Amino acid sequence: MAEDNHNEEEKLDKDSLSRRKFLRNSGFAVGGLAVGGVLGSVIPWGNEEKEQQQAANETKNFNQALMNFNQVEFQVVEAATERIFPEDDLGPGAKSLGVAFYIDHQLAGSYGFNARDYMNPPFFHGEKTQGYQGRLKRREIFRIGIREMQNYSHEKFEKGFTDLTAEEQDTVLTDFAEDNVNLTTISASGFFNLIRSMTLEGVYSDPLYGGNRNMEGWKMRDYPGDQMNYTKVIESEEFQQIEPRSLRDHM
Amino acid sequence: MVKKLPKTDVVIVGVGWGGGIIASELTKQGLNVVGLEKGQERETEDYYMAHDELRYAVRYELMSDLSKETLTFRGNEKMRALPMRQYGSFLLGDGVGGAGVHWNGQTFRFLPYDFEIRTRTIERYGKDKIPADMTIQDWGITYDEIEPYYDKFEKMAGISGEENPLGGKRSNKYPTKPMLHSPQMKMFKQATESLNYHPYTIPSANLSENYTNPDGISRAACQYCAFCERFGCEYGAKADPVVTVIPIAKNTGKFDLRTHSWVRRVLHKDGKATGVLYTDVTTGEEIEQPADMVVLTSYVFNNVKLLLNSEIGRPYNPSTGRGVIGKNYAYQIIKGSATGFFEDKKFNNFAGAGSLGMVIDDFNGDNFDHSDVNFLHGGYLSLTQTGKRPIQSNPIPADSPTWGKEFKQNSMKYINKTLSIGAMGASLPFKQHYLDLDPMYKDAFGDPLIRMTYDFKDQDRELAKFTATKAKEILKEMGADRIDAMEELGPYEINTYQTTHNTGGVIMGGDPETSAVNNYSQMWDMDNLFVVGASSFPHNSGYNPTDTVGALAYRAAEGIVKYSKNGGQLA
Repeated sequence: MAEDNHNEEEKLDKDSLSRRKFLRNSGFAVGGLAVGGVLGSVIPWGNEEKEQQQAANETKNFNQALMNFNQVEFQVVEAATERIFPEDDLGPGAKSLGVAFYIDHQLAGSYGFNARDYMNPPFFHGEKTQGYQGRLKRREIFRIGIREMQNYSHEKFEKGFTDLTAEEQDTVLTDFAEDNVNLTTISASGFFNLIRSMTLEGVYSDPLYGGNRNMEGWKMRDYPGDQMNYTKVIESEEFQQIEPRSLRDHM
Repeated sequence: MVKKLPKTDVVIVGVGWGGGIIASELTKQGLNVVGLEKGQERETEDYYMAHDELRYAVRYELMSDLSKETLTFRGNEKMRALPMRQYGSFLLGDGVGGAGVHWNGQTFRFLPYDFEIRTRTIERYGKDKIPADMTIQDWGITYDEIEPYYDKFEKMAGISGEENPLGGKRSNKYPTKPMLHSPQMKMFKQATESLNYHPYTIPSANLSENYTNPDGISRAACQYCAFCERFGCEYGAKADPVVTVIPIAKNTGKFDLRTHSWVRRVLHKDGKATGVLYTDVTTGEEIEQPADMVVLTSYVFNNVKLLLNSEIGRPYNPSTGRGVIGKNYAYQIIKGSATGFFEDKKFNNFAGAGSLGMVIDDFNGDNFDHSDVNFLHGGYLSLTQTGKRPIQSNPIPADSPTWGKEFKQNSMKYINKTLSIGAMGASLPFKQHYLDLDPMYKDAFGDPLIRMTYDFKDQDRELAKFTATKAKEILKEMGADRIDAMEELGPYEINTYQTTHNTGGVIMGGDPETSAVNNYSQMWDMDNLFVVGASSFPHNSGYNPTDTVGALAYRAAEGIVKYSKNGGQLA
């Protein structure tokens, strides 16, 4: 296992070396002002040794702890996202891809606080065409939404959400998605849409954000992640299976 | 206490394509120019980690911070306008380069018909063809008059393309060859040819080959990396003001570019602009920059907002149809599209470029007979290959579940088995569609936000259905096993992404009664104030707007230089 990792690491280094060379060569400039291209100066050199050392130290994923949810909330989110994007013959589901950690981390940051949204009062109920008009922030919506999902699970099945069968969990989620649940503070479907879109983000965003573990989300759908060029792919009549890369390969 | 700075020749508000072009042209002619940009500095080096769908495409890294400024929206005057609290329908650029940083680079000329739309429509179909409340008007410029400026923009940006067989006459070929053709594009080409349409390669600001422009700027060829729209280009292959016109302006030593400078008022006295008042957002300090000439080159909404907040020009009144500032707001009708499912194919849909694609104009402008349809104008139909990124691209059959096991299986299966034909429908203006100041909501400095009143009309519903039908026809010819097409356009929603092609509000024309600026983008009501950008479009054509924005900016620059010598109205 350790040896495999080592080989993988070597292969990566080789690839990223040739990638660097490529980048340098494509920083094309003749005469006049050179403005195009990622300039050689921004590419850090001589980091290979450091990278290998880092890899050797990565025994635990220290990123997998909670910044926002409590344990129960985390488990509910983990269970719900797994139903939205379940493990199957094609590959892992949301749970083993780390989606709940992804959501936890996002809600702890600017997205959870709606930092770049217009949140000034007054707040009025608007038409659907006018978009979100609530005063609650995403982290507050999640906290309320999770609690309401628990309440609804107890009401309907006399158990908490995580103790339900997969089919029962689907019933709860469907009732939220279709607004069959009467909530006063938040929109049930609004909460469902938020958790659904964040599930897809966690499955498919760069692994740097804590989901898409080992790029498994990308691998399942033959998505090559972050490649620097497809000049050889564009005209190809055949589907090109390309080993994915992530932004970490840029460091 | 307002700090007053020494006077300059020209002050520019907003440094994107419009501001960048005007800064480079004016400084080349020896004028001293101050450029005020409310956002930050941007450089190619910023995009080393740009292949990040979450950060750039989903979290809008390059877009304006809505917590500081947005606009309000209502579908009609009976509704209460409410703020656009989150991004949806369109995206507002930010920082040096503006929307010119995050665009895809599709660079189309408008048709000769567009510039004389009212005259030509009446000539061919009679006056009754135009609905009573549709306010289409001629632009006060013809295609032949604007052609040299299109040529100039295309050479500066190095546009890669081949001639549009149904477009206006060109004085020169595109400066670089067309982009590569993928198998998907070849399928579109073959299908549209067999339907007797006229396909051509989308004119692209993603360079097909290395190119040195007339200013001596060299840029590298596009690598088809599939991160264009909403992203900055780490190669500088995508034409962007930061890698084209702004360095030229800076190189003259006559361009003083100040970022984090939020312009709040155009100052004026006795019918002349005297400068601008802005806030340094890093310190909160209020600063007056006096100037002989003022040029507004910010985005559509902000151009209108600045004029209204500065009490310049005659505000538009939708009940009388009089006044001009805020008039003829238009958008783009792009929902009339279709997706084809190809069970036996597997495409490299992950690869692409912002302007990679094929297009037909057979149903654009007045290239077809409108006698038997209930709409005017039209739109192009295209197959684009901009790169299907996984968070935002999950094509599934229209009637299938949107989450759970079946969703997962469908989205995995179809991501590389689907192709879409999109439509770029023209948006024609109506009396009831306009921009004014919101009576309630304010920006970070307490200035009123812009209020948009807009909804789709029968014109748009008919047009969208028409383009969806044509898109379906093309996909069928391409051999799709299943086709999902738009059936009903529905109301305009500000919370679903459509396109950032917003136009109008400070429209150009030949008559000061019905337009705000002349064909040099010079204000009729204030000689030394120029308002440049898509805000000057009297309607939006069935194309992406940037080529026309660029052309009008070059013409405005020529006008400003003339005005600096002789003064007076230029047209």
